[in-house]
Amino acid sequence: MSVKLTIMEQMAQIAREHGKILAPLRDELVLLDSGLDSLGFAVLVARLEDRLGVDPFTAFDDALFPVTFGDFVKVYENGAH
Amino acid sequence: MKMARTEARSLRQFLAHGSSERFLWDRAACARFADLAGCTSLGGRLQELAGASVLVATASQFTTALALIELDGVARRLTILPPDADPGHFAALAERAEIDAVVIDSGSPANLPDLPIRVACAAEIVAADKLPAPSCETEWLLLTSGTTGVPKMAVHSLAGLTAPIGRNMVDDAVVWGTFYDIRRYGGLQILLRAVLGGASLVLSCAGEPIADHLDRLGRHGVTHLSGTPSHWRRALMSPAIRKISPRYVRLSGEIADQAVLDSLRNAFPHASIGHAYASTEAGVAFEVDDGLAGFPAEYLERCRDGVEMRIFEGSLRIRSPRTASRYVGAEAPLRGEDGFVDTGDMVEMGGDRLFFAGRRGGIINIGGLKVHPEEIEAVINRHPRVRMSLVRPKRSPVTGSVVIADVVLKSGGDRADEALGAVKVDILKLCSDTLPVYKVPAAISIVPSLDVGATGKLVRRHG
Repeated sequence: MSVKLTIMEQMAQIAREHGKILAPLRDELVLLDSGLDSLGFAVLVARLEDRLGVDPFTAFDDALFPVTFGDFVKVYENGAH
Repeated sequence: MKMARTEARSLRQFLAHGSSERFLWDRAACARFADLAGCTSLGGRLQELAGASVLVATASQFTTALALIELDGVARRLTILPPDADPGHFAALAERAEIDAVVIDSGSPANLPDLPIRVACAAEIVAADKLPAPSCETEWLLLTSGTTGVPKMAVHSLAGLTAPIGRNMVDDAVVWGTFYDIRRYGGLQILLRAVLGGASLVLSCAGEPIADHLDRLGRHGVTHLSGTPSHWRRALMSPAIRKISPRYVRLSGEIADQAVLDSLRNAFPHASIGHAYASTEAGVAFEVDDGLAGFPAEYLERCRDGVEMRIFEGSLRIRSPRTASRYVGAEAPLRGEDGFVDTGDMVEMGGDRLFFAGRRGGIINIGGLKVHPEEIEAVINRHPRVRMSLVRPKRSPVTGSVVIADVVLKSGGDRADEALGAVKVDILKLCSDTLPVYKVPAAISIVPSLDVGATGKLVRRHG
């Protein structure tokens, strides 16, 4: 499964668990408008480390916080390769 | 305009001498600080609360601020109910703090204890003919987080609460903002900074989207902004961060790591960025403004601004006039016999700096909410296939920490990857059905064994 699909699947799963409604995931979507809150993103980062074997935010001290869904996926695609 | 501060003993006396062009804002309401010195939000009933032990149970931060300012120096004791207080604890809190009056607003919880005096606080203030003059040193009771059961109530004085605030100058060009709720120590500090420092203040509102909050802060021209590292990480994820350009950025309440400090430096290249160490019990101990995580080890060697610090058995201990004096109605003392408060925060030396390494007893801080691992382990251990579990914090770039569970399964049973995946899902479901969402583990690892120490207890590492 691609990095992007893994992220989409996990976001949908966490939204279900946290009782949130997920917005359609387009690249330009602002993450904070996706429906997940801070805790949701914290859980997402931890689950993605489990699935993809990388936490790009902790691995690289200079990783900036992404603003859009597209930026977020890119951080993982760069981290995974 | 900057001017020398007038000496005063109560909040209303501070406001009586300030500039008239300073305001308190929330999303819907606005008050002129100077008006609060001579007006009432309590329908002129302040006299009834003179000498009383008052529970401030207002739902909005705006009415809370009005009530606290009016009552300081008049009520004997103010107990501030935080927004997330458990209604099941109300009766015990009222008994311990000997509460005989409650101040409410239209959104206050319905199941407050039945008290002899009940006074409504309105968001609109009206001129009062004659308010009772401040005549006593009010005790301020703040509820602690991180305890299981009824929260402890730490007793502060206005003098102690305001001791960390710069002594000399007031500046009405300052506009404070805070992501905190003013009913917690970190937020209350900012309310007091605004009142004593002659500044304006923009309050946060529960449930307000971060983009709207940042927009509001930008419109009011916020110059000084305070929050936890988790608050700041969330703000940094919003494009609306561009709407603010504070000249002072302050972090406290959680460990400020180098990544969040660097991200803030990148977002606000010209701002002064400081992180403070403070807790409900220990007060504000120190502020670090060199842009680096941790704090210089030399802070331990000399008394700074009346604050003495030392490390004993790995945890930071603090003695200062800013600490709470005691807990109300609790047997355990808040300070040791030597006057030091044990913060429970473990510190480790790295070069010439000290770094925070988590809480003693493994208590986990999730975006400012404290979580006891044992409570989560007890739920996981109820699962029929679980032998034992260890819940631990994992560093998170978003909330500081998340909860991770290492689980040892009982022998036997299907060990195929697919079957283990199903067990993990099942354990997570058990947790979500039983626990608030922030206590549900972010991830579960099935492990072959867990370390048990010489005392027979699970070995917990700080982190």
